[in-house]
Amino acid sequence: MTSLLSVSNLRVGFGRKPEDNEIVHGVNFDLAAGETLAIVGESGSGKSVTALSINRLVDFGGGRIIDGSIRFRREDGSTLDLAAAGEQELTKIRGGEIGMIFQEPMTSLNPVLTIGEQIEESFRLHRGLTGRQAREAAKDALDRVRIPDAARRLKYCPHQLSGGMLQRVMIATALSCNPRLLIADEPTTALDVTVQAQIMALLAELKRETGMGMIFITHDIGLVAGIADKVMVMQNGEAVEQGPLDAVLDAPQHPYTKHLLSAVPHFEAGRATRTDYRRADEPSAAPALKVEGLTVRFPVTGGLLRRQTGAVHAVDGVDFDLMPGETLGIVGESGSGKSTTARAILGLVEPTRGTFSANTNGAARQSSKPVQMVFQNPYASLNPRLRVDSILAEPVIAAGGGLNGETQARMRMLLDRVGLPENALQRYPHEFSGGQRQRLCIARALMLNPSVVVLDEAVSALDVSVQAKVLELLVDLQREFGLAYLFVSHDMAVVERIAHRIAVVYAGQIVEIGDAASVLSDPKHAYTKRLISAVPSVDRRKETFEVDTRQVPSLVRPLGFEPEPANWQSFGSDHMARAEA
Amino acid sequence: MQLLRAIFSHSSGRIGGAIVGLYIIIAILGLLGITPHDPLMQFRVDRLHAPDATYWMGTDLFGRDVASRLMLGISQSFIVAFASVALAAVAGIVLGLAAAWFGGWWDGTIMRFMDVLLAFPAILLALLIIAIVGPGTWTSVMAIAIVYTPIFTRVVRGPALSLKTRDFVDAARTFGSSRNYILTRHLMLNLVAPLTVQVTLALAWGLLTEAGLSFLGLGTQPPASSLGLMLADSRNLMEMAPWLLIFPGIAIMIGILGFNLLGDALRDILDPKTRRSVA
Repeated sequence: MTSLLSVSNLRVGFGRKPEDNEIVHGVNFDLAAGETLAIVGESGSGKSVTALSINRLVDFGGGRIIDGSIRFRREDGSTLDLAAAGEQELTKIRGGEIGMIFQEPMTSLNPVLTIGEQIEESFRLHRGLTGRQAREAAKDALDRVRIPDAARRLKYCPHQLSGGMLQRVMIATALSCNPRLLIADEPTTALDVTVQAQIMALLAELKRETGMGMIFITHDIGLVAGIADKVMVMQNGEAVEQGPLDAVLDAPQHPYTKHLLSAVPHFEAGRATRTDYRRADEPSAAPALKVEGLTVRFPVTGGLLRRQTGAVHAVDGVDFDLMPGETLGIVGESGSGKSTTARAILGLVEPTRGTFSANTNGAARQSSKPVQMVFQNPYASLNPRLRVDSILAEPVIAAGGGLNGETQARMRMLLDRVGLPENALQRYPHEFSGGQRQRLCIARALMLNPSVVVLDEAVSALDVSVQAKVLELLVDLQREFGLAYLFVSHDMAVVERIAHRIAVVYAGQIVEIGDAASVLSDPKHAYTKRLISAVPSVDRRKETFEVDTRQVPSLVRPLGFEPEPANWQSFGSDHMARAEA
Repeated sequence: MQLLRAIFSHSSGRIGGAIVGLYIIIAILGLLGITPHDPLMQFRVDRLHAPDATYWMGTDLFGRDVASRLMLGISQSFIVAFASVALAAVAGIVLGLAAAWFGGWWDGTIMRFMDVLLAFPAILLALLIIAIVGPGTWTSVMAIAIVYTPIFTRVVRGPALSLKTRDFVDAARTFGSSRNYILTRHLMLNLVAPLTVQVTLALAWGLLTEAGLSFLGLGTQPPASSLGLMLADSRNLMEMAPWLLIFPGIAIMIGILGFNLLGDALRDILDPKTRRSVA
């Protein structure tokens, strides 16, 4: 046998009687050295359990391997059945020969130890290195994952490093003993898209250098295209389809694979934007929302007397306007200030400077609150102890209304419009699924008949197939009520499908704004280009990303610092980009 | 109803619920005067009579029926415990919500003051208060209430701080909901579960503190009866008439056990983290 790992008829169950509670129903696959297998599936498909069975970490989660074998070829050429191996043998194999990277780099590292100590631990246990030798080895490991200034970073604690850096530290730890198999369980799900591209590039490069085999688990079939040699699609604990990358992506056989490929919104560089609205050259009506010079700064204090020593410039001079019936997509990475912008417009954060005016547009919109918001997490934005009718009535009560017939009628009308049954009124939020809850949040936002709805990552927490339906609903509601949307998201593919115009936010400032098709197909600002090139896509096979180690600049500025006024360059009728220094 | 069913399907909740239910019935009967004998009547001929069919738990030094006095004592102790815990809960909720909601200076001042109160041992602080105000039933209610207010303040402040930052509170702010609406509908309603547990456990301590104060002669005053007072009366007659000591002692012990078991059961039932294991 030449393969590195050969899994046959793997069955895994959980609980006291694993046979009755089988999660993985007979999975087979082979992996040769230097090959990458991607396991793709939605949450609950058994992909993580399969991977955890290989290094038998599944035993610690209450699982048991019921049947099947996992043959792993060891360094000395002998073959070991991991499914039957004893704990002592497994301890040597884990870390030593099979490395693992987890999803959340922030929680996979011990917060009270420096990263140096945590990397050294691996060298101490598996290689028997001590003291200075271990420290040298740890520094080399960090160098290997392209962390600049490695010697100093060794003394950092995890909270001092960004998510992307931490994931690199995790990779460094996993690779410290030159494992021959690396299991990566959704290693980039918690990271920003440009950081994701960096990590993917790093993994690909390290794989080439070391010739290790890799199992890459993900729910995002778009990400697979860049890295995998083989793909296995899992659904409900069964491998429904597996084969070489090109075969699976181009000619999917199983309906579930086809569904996955079509449900995931693919980024198409401006070719999939909406065409139902075009901004007139001469403004015909008053904008629904006009934001001028919005600035939000948070004070930074220091010293004994807690004097203000500087400020975090979270949002720095943002201007845009939003016409009725128009969607402005705000894209950027975490920490770029896009959510703070949204929260400032809603009054949840006090802006330091700047004005925004929302137009109530005619007599029908006699609302004191013309801007409403839908939050990211539908599980946190509904009070679990209130019934749906109380939840929907809250905005009306807050505006001075009562729970009268008119309110009741509007509740029922909106429930019907968002596709929920009328008896939902008497139920509690926990009786609804995530997608249904988000529909409830949308209905609640529309109770006061607003002219602008701010959608802060409103579909990011939903499964892909639900996401598509909620987006459809949003488009329908926009047409029916003439709503203007401010759609804040990090997901370029989603923004492409819903936005008419796009504003790219970087380090608290808009760096590029304009017509969606124009911005996405022909980005002008360097950051926009970087952002767009980082979006994974099914079409990008075996593309080699450059390892880019640039960090987002610090937003902390000294007291009294004022940014230079923007120097806008215009490209076409509705496309502007900030000139770069 | 669902809660009652959950309590009675929980192993320790069943026992705790039964004990507390029984005590409440006894307390009501004692309050209504439905006792085997008049608790204040002195049967001079039957002084220090051992328990028998007439006097179920014997009689005391003045020939009063211990069983009747015990029933009256339980109702007295319950009234003090319930009243003081109710006061402490209300004060604690108001202070805790204020500290969490306003934060900053308010939070600092309120919580430091609560820390000062907590620094005293419970019974010592109650003694101090009574020493200033003078003994009596309602003084001991006040004293016990003040002693347990910091605990409720802390129980409320913690979760209120985390609820305050939840998205549904932010959402309420974007609608322009009033502060009182947010505090009652969004914060209070979500605090019901931890408060229920805390109230049950505080009742057990309240019962014990009341007994302690009465034992020291600073709580309920004779001729009224209370569990602590009965213990105090029995002190000198321990060898001659042990029933005077045994029955009130057992009554206190079982009562506290009942509240504690019920509190533990409620914590299991109401805590979402352990809810699944109960069901």
